[in-house]
Amino acid sequence: MSLVYAGALSHAPGITGRADLCENTVKRDEFLAALDRQRQDIEDSGAEALIVVAAEHFANFFMNNMPAYCIGIGDSYEGPIEDPEWLKIERTKVPGAPDLATRLTREIMHTVDVAYAEEWKFDHGIMVPLNFLTPNYDLPIIPVNINCQGPPLTPLHRAWAFGEALRRACDSVPEKVALVATGGVSHWPATPDSGKINEAWDRKFLGQLTGLEKEALLSYSDEETYAEAGQGGFEIRTYIAAAVAAGGQGHLQFYTAELPIFAVGVTVMKFDIAA
Amino acid sequence: MSLYQLQKFLYVLNRDEAAQKKYHSDIDSFINEFDLTDEEAGALREGDIGLLYVLGVNGQILMHYAALLGIEWFDYLDMMRAGIEKHGPVRAGVYTMTGGGDSFTEEEKNR
Repeated sequence: MSLVYAGALSHAPGITGRADLCENTVKRDEFLAALDRQRQDIEDSGAEALIVVAAEHFANFFMNNMPAYCIGIGDSYEGPIEDPEWLKIERTKVPGAPDLATRLTREIMHTVDVAYAEEWKFDHGIMVPLNFLTPNYDLPIIPVNINCQGPPLTPLHRAWAFGEALRRACDSVPEKVALVATGGVSHWPATPDSGKINEAWDRKFLGQLTGLEKEALLSYSDEETYAEAGQGGFEIRTYIAAAVAAGGQGHLQFYTAELPIFAVGVTVMKFDIAA
Repeated sequence: MSLYQLQKFLYVLNRDEAAQKKYHSDIDSFINEFDLTDEEAGALREGDIGLLYVLGVNGQILMHYAALLGIEWFDYLDMMRAGIEKHGPVRAGVYTMTGGGDSFTEEEKNR
């Protein structure tokens, strides 16, 4: 087995960009501590590369040519595309893993027609997680995108199949690979409703995710998700893919709806790697 | 209505430093590269966040554009609310306002 770690975390730009505005510093610091435990878990896993399954926000892909799934096979990447002062993350170069990523892509293609890219600019969806998980930017990164922004979106059962393909691909290589999904549960980001959170919906979904309840997880329609969890809720696709890739019990290590300044129900998760 | 072109303008601008230089040095020339209505072109010339939001620009694209313009976070939220008050509901897309214009954070209420 070469998948050595699987987890999930929120990626909202306010986590770094508006950290100084946050009034609930106690809860914020609990969240930061959970992120640091996740960083340590990845480091302890001995991972030689980190797959980041993200839901980007028009940093690379647009409606002129929108892939449902894409994987980065570049030598290196640059980010953030956003104003660094706004995101409060300096623009930097991040190492890729071109040979490993290419082998993973070949294996994934047996069941999912994933696109690939040698050029990729990171936005907050990847840079915020890396800011906490690989703060020295010294671990090779393999970016993966699931289109959660420009409908029509890939159906959830295909996100499930993509998770299975990711796992099969990781198992086919000798390197130790870690994987995190980044995204959000219910949220209405980048609207006047920024900060709105449906905690009951979040806890229901996250409970189903930790138990890898396939029928329940695949039952969400985009219409229902949009109504109850906002357009940000479409990002559950990344969480489902990561949970499926891991295949084991999930552990909700941190969740709160008490940091709405970050504009998301803030989440940190770990998944057991099933044999 | 050419929302696709309007969003593409902002997509290119947000991610490309060369485009950002052109935007600042010769915005009319940059705008002419896209098939935009007078209303859309005007909104871009003015940096009119409220109108762009109502026209249906994807919120993530608009948020990155507002950051590029150096607009503070709570001002950005207010600009979208003001846009709806002036121009009516969001006309396209999924980044609509569903909260009646209310604030959802204590930080914004307390500022």
